[in-house]
Amino acid sequence: MAAHDHNEHGHDHSHGSELSDLELRVRALDTILTEKGYVDPAALDAIVETYGTRIGPRNGARVVAKAWVDPSFRQALLDDASKAIATLGHVSRVGDHLIAVENTPQRHNMVVCTLCSCYPWEMLGLPPVWYKASPYRSRAVKDPRGVLAEFGVALPKDTEIRVWDSTAETRFLVLPMRPAGTEDWSEERLAEIVTRDCMIGTGLPKARP
Amino acid sequence: MNGVHDMGGMDGFGEVEVEPNEPVFHHRWESRVMAMVRAFGANGGVNIDMQRFSRESIPPATYLAASYYQKWFLGLERTLLERNLVGQDEIAAGHSLRQGAPLPRGTFSLNDVARVTTRGSFQREVATQPVFKPGDRVRARNINPATHTRLPRYVRGHVGIVERINGSHVFPDSAAHGKGENPQWLYTVVFSGRDLWGDDADPSVKVSVDAFEPYLERA
Repeated sequence: MAAHDHNEHGHDHSHGSELSDLELRVRALDTILTEKGYVDPAALDAIVETYGTRIGPRNGARVVAKAWVDPSFRQALLDDASKAIATLGHVSRVGDHLIAVENTPQRHNMVVCTLCSCYPWEMLGLPPVWYKASPYRSRAVKDPRGVLAEFGVALPKDTEIRVWDSTAETRFLVLPMRPAGTEDWSEERLAEIVTRDCMIGTGLPKARP
Repeated sequence: MNGVHDMGGMDGFGEVEVEPNEPVFHHRWESRVMAMVRAFGANGGVNIDMQRFSRESIPPATYLAASYYQKWFLGLERTLLERNLVGQDEIAAGHSLRQGAPLPRGTFSLNDVARVTTRGSFQREVATQPVFKPGDRVRARNINPATHTRLPRYVRGHVGIVERINGSHVFPDSAAHGKGENPQWLYTVVFSGRDLWGDDADPSVKVSVDAFEPYLERA
């Protein structure tokens, strides 16, 4: 599973030999759309380039690290995340309706989209396969502790687990708790331990030695 | 629609499989599908709700067996055929056989890229005041439209508490079917895990959905 097989037939066991057929169909549609003048292929390349290299979890990590070191930014983020992030020039432009939800010792937040794959793209990039797949979408709302256990996350029994199902155009970013042992860390160093999963709520940031 | 896409609370799909160091795309074709879908969303008059409905309409067995971008591709193909933007004969030929129809916003070009890589706004002004306020007890209506809706089955009929008002937004149930934006107030409504899943459920779990006003009634 971990090693990515570059053979087009290798990766996704759920559809095996259909894959090359699918690839041909995609290529054909791509050609038709270009020939009809619906799309400039260079513009499609630019979209892929943007999501492949420029928009990813680093954006969200910077926001979280900033909230950890700057209490007024943290408050602004919790009050109106879209507005607060717009004030940070170094993070990509964020769209409307982003809601930051804060983990506390009493409450852990976790985000899912049971109906499709809604995800804060501007903050985290494109979602991983597991986020979009049936096991996570089906179980996150019914057995979130069981799901968290599969991510190696165990929380005290009395910690409230709050699952946010992204059923509308609102998007959620989890603001994790800053781990102990990072008191003298710089914002840049803090950002390095804020993983994608921490901001979905399926991981916790760890202060590495 | 009560489709297989509405999978909150279903059992039997197994454990979550996490791929370490997952690449953004596993195959080049996936990236092309993503870009084509975004381009038609931006210039082709195919809004996000129409795109979602086209994917939900994939037959259940196909939906469950398909990878994510495979679903996107099937949904895109269906949409283009339905709108006569592409013909079945052209798909079979792998080439354009006739002139394209004009897109609502013209050819998707480099100038349009910034617009699709920044999230749009779905908030719209409405003349009405919100019917509910934070703290209100509301019941998710027992609605079962065969058309697009964003009220998942697992909350229907259950009582929750309004936690926040998120403004008034484009109503997917209308927009998915070309019936206009018909904006509605949008609320975050919180349900207790036990109300949703019964007395054996974990008492520490709370689940919220973002629900449009027509999905809710006072409880």
